[in-house]
Amino acid sequence: MAEVEDTLKRIQGYNGVIGSIVVNAEGIPIRTTLDNSTTVQYVGLLHQLTMKARSTIRDIDPQNDLTFLRIRSKKHEIMVAPDKEFLMIVIQSPTE
Amino acid sequence: MNDSEATLQKNIPLAVMPPKRPKSRVIKEKEKKNETPDEGASESAHPEHIFPLVLTSVTQELFGCRADEDVTGENPYKLLRKEDIVQDMKTRAAVSDFSPVKHIVLEYPEDELLLVFDRDFTYGQCFYLVLTVEAKDNMMKSPAQADDDEEPMKDEEEHVMEPKTPESHPWISQGSEQEIEDESLTHARPRLRYKISPLMRHCGAPVCFSDGNDGYVECSSYEDKSFSITRMERDTSIQASRDTTHSSTQTLWKYPKNMCTQYEPREFSPEEKEHHLRSENLKNFITSVAIRFERSLQQNVISDVFCDDWTVLCEDDGVPTGKTETQLKEYQSFMDLHFSREKSISHVHWHPSISGVIAVAMTERLSLEERIDNSTKLLLNPSYILFWSFTDPINPQLQLECPEDVLCFQFCPSDPNIIAGGCINGQVVLWDISAHVERLQDTRSGGDNISNNLDKDDVIPVVRYCAVSGIENGHKAPVTDIQWLPETFELSRFGIPVENSSRICVQMVTCALDCCVLFWDLRLPRAVSQSLTDVKQKSEEKPPENPHGVPNTFKHLNLTWKPFIRVSLPKIGSTGEYSPLKFSFRDNTVDYITGDKPPQDAEREEVCGFAQLRVPSAKQQKPLENISTKLYVGTEDGELVYTDWKMEKDNDSGRLFSAKPTHQFLAHHTLVNTVSRSPFFKDIILTVGSFGFAIWKEGVMSGPILMSACSKVMCTIGHWSLTRPALFFIGKKDGTIEVWDLLQNTHEPSQTQNISTASITCIRSSSSCGKHHLLAVSDRIGTLHILQIPWTLRKSSNNEKKNVRKYFEKEEERLEYFEKRQIKHEKHKKEMEAEQLKKKTEPAVPLKPDEELEAEALKEYEQFLALEKIVLKNMGLLTDTIDQSDL
Repeated sequence: MAEVEDTLKRIQGYNGVIGSIVVNAEGIPIRTTLDNSTTVQYVGLLHQLTMKARSTIRDIDPQNDLTFLRIRSKKHEIMVAPDKEFLMIVIQSPTE
Repeated sequence: MNDSEATLQKNIPLAVMPPKRPKSRVIKEKEKKNETPDEGASESAHPEHIFPLVLTSVTQELFGCRADEDVTGENPYKLLRKEDIVQDMKTRAAVSDFSPVKHIVLEYPEDELLLVFDRDFTYGQCFYLVLTVEAKDNMMKSPAQADDDEEPMKDEEEHVMEPKTPESHPWISQGSEQEIEDESLTHARPRLRYKISPLMRHCGAPVCFSDGNDGYVECSSYEDKSFSITRMERDTSIQASRDTTHSSTQTLWKYPKNMCTQYEPREFSPEEKEHHLRSENLKNFITSVAIRFERSLQQNVISDVFCDDWTVLCEDDGVPTGKTETQLKEYQSFMDLHFSREKSISHVHWHPSISGVIAVAMTERLSLEERIDNSTKLLLNPSYILFWSFTDPINPQLQLECPEDVLCFQFCPSDPNIIAGGCINGQVVLWDISAHVERLQDTRSGGDNISNNLDKDDVIPVVRYCAVSGIENGHKAPVTDIQWLPETFELSRFGIPVENSSRICVQMVTCALDCCVLFWDLRLPRAVSQSLTDVKQKSEEKPPENPHGVPNTFKHLNLTWKPFIRVSLPKIGSTGEYSPLKFSFRDNTVDYITGDKPPQDAEREEVCGFAQLRVPSAKQQKPLENISTKLYVGTEDGELVYTDWKMEKDNDSGRLFSAKPTHQFLAHHTLVNTVSRSPFFKDIILTVGSFGFAIWKEGVMSGPILMSACSKVMCTIGHWSLTRPALFFIGKKDGTIEVWDLLQNTHEPSQTQNISTASITCIRSSSSCGKHHLLAVSDRIGTLHILQIPWTLRKSSNNEKKNVRKYFEKEEERLEYFEKRQIKHEKHKKEMEAEQLKKKTEPAVPLKPDEELEAEALKEYEQFLALEKIVLKNMGLLTDTIDQSDL
């Protein structure tokens, strides 16, 4: 439990990180540093996107799998790491 | 085609086949027939369908069936026509050979009867007549086929039953080729090729295309009833498909019922979350995934991969060639020989809406004593505010008559025809120039009108002031600064900003050397309007006295005008009051209720005249939040005072009094002549004193963010640039202008330029002059210089605002750090002092008597010996004998 907390705190402490969310496979947030409505919105959208991305990768090559998804926008970068049971989302605003 | 050919080929053997088989049949039949007549002959009876006949030679000749001539053994059949037989019977009656068969012939259905020459007399006679049609057909058929060979009779009897494999034969055309040829598409003639090209001389020549409407005949298609071609043949394809059915259902809607659904996202309860957080799976997941995140996060922190360095590198749009000058170029200068001789310009203001028109206030360059001495002369020479237009550098366009010298004036932001000014005697003056606006606009618009105007009136129109404030109620010292409150809010009697429903500027603020800041309202207060005396006065004033042609806009205020809020500036920490010279308040022009600026044209009410407007009752007004009511005031003694204009009610006396200023900063050592907010940053203020300037940030109470070094020449005025956030201009006493660029140098100006010989009194830049960016500089000898701001000084780079903001933040941090260090330093100092004090005040340690000292020393020595023993013992170096000998 402590390790988990430590790792999450470490990730949250990086320069520019706005928030981090840990979600279970169904899309229910387990732990988040953002407020509830934002969390729910991010989770709902990114969960679907991750599933789509993963199915794309697997369609092309069934032995391949999605490990990491980075979406770069004008203001932020959203990083998603999928897993069989969980999903982790980190939003960072790159320093300029 | 191939299929049909194949089918034809298939048919062929069948076609070929039959002749052989029936032949044998025929032969068989023939044999049968031969047999049967034999049987018949033996019985001397003939089959029913045969009738033996004897034909005389005459009859034979008549019918062409002479024995052995026409009909032979090989060809024994002869078809006789029924009509001929009937005819014969008729002609020869009983003698006719056909008489016995008369009734049969007559009944015979067909036209022709078969007569067979019976050579062998099988039926007893030489001829026989076939009586039935079937027999005739049979007869006819079989003999036709019997013409073929009769020889391979026996062979074929054996082969009949065996199926014969088809042998390929060359294809015999049956006429199906025609169909194929019909279907195929062939060229009836070789294709015609045409090549169209213009004449060589037209190639490359300029072409002139034009509409070709004439000679254009349209033949559109139409349905012609006479030609209706029906499709005889059509190619279609067919595909089998399942049966489809259409069906539908409808729910019964008996009564409407309101239904709604609302969803919310699923969430875990805290216990479940805890449970998940503790699970092993999550731990593994996090540890495996964290590495990826950290790598990516680190990458982002190191550098922004998607940043396009090339576009960011180019900040400016490129300095156009030829515009490499950095100096302010003189564009025009205005000097009126009549009015501005020996006068100084106190204030300059560009006309907000009409470009190229600038207003200048002239004052006498006299000190107080001189004024008193020359008061009669001054009365005869009234002072004016002159309006200059670029089109006419010699004559001003308009003159505004002032009761006294005007030290400062401002155009009303919502209505550029209203001008408010503050005089040297403490009065506040209002002008309305709406009657002369066209003149100002005409002169600006074109050079064509100038000559017309000069013919029309050589006299410059003089506009008298509409209203003056009451002398008792206004200021008692020269009014040094005047500003309008923006139209988004107005103030109630307590100084609380409330919503301004009329959306026009109705209130203004003035300050004077009599140590107070006054707030004025252009509208009549409600109480006054309803009093009877006013009604009486109105009826008396019905015949308007208007000798000077003064517009009636502010008639209601004239001479009775008084401020509704008086803010006094008592000194902090001492008695007395601050005497303000200039002030600045936060220009909250954003409508905080809707969050955006109110639309300028749509919502503004019809300006029905200020006389009709009334101050709304305090209950109706809605107080606005987020509007700062704080003022920065620069005083005569060089202090910058930060105060709040809200009035508080004194519970004891019921009078309103203003709060004490919260902060004051002694920044400059002589009078502060400019307090001006940056047009880009609402919380950055520039103050200019005589020996330098200072930049302040609202909210930072410890001191100025930036303070300039003392300059050799006295500074008289300061002005922010309207286009570049880091630039401002400082005017000096020797007539030079310094251009300071905060991003370049903060210890010295980036540029200095001498404009005139006298000291600069006012600098204003215009924002509405089209392609020219002009700077108006006025000096003490009454000349107004218009300078052109070069490209470098007016074009801000992309990141300039950000950089300047960063610079200010850095300075703020420096100040904070400095403060903290100060505090620390002080604390440290205090501690040091306390320690020293403690040392001094502590009683001296009493000297111990010698015996005690010795005893203590001995004790220590013994302790040391014991320690030595233990150590040596541990090291294993000690033996008991040595130990005792030592002792």
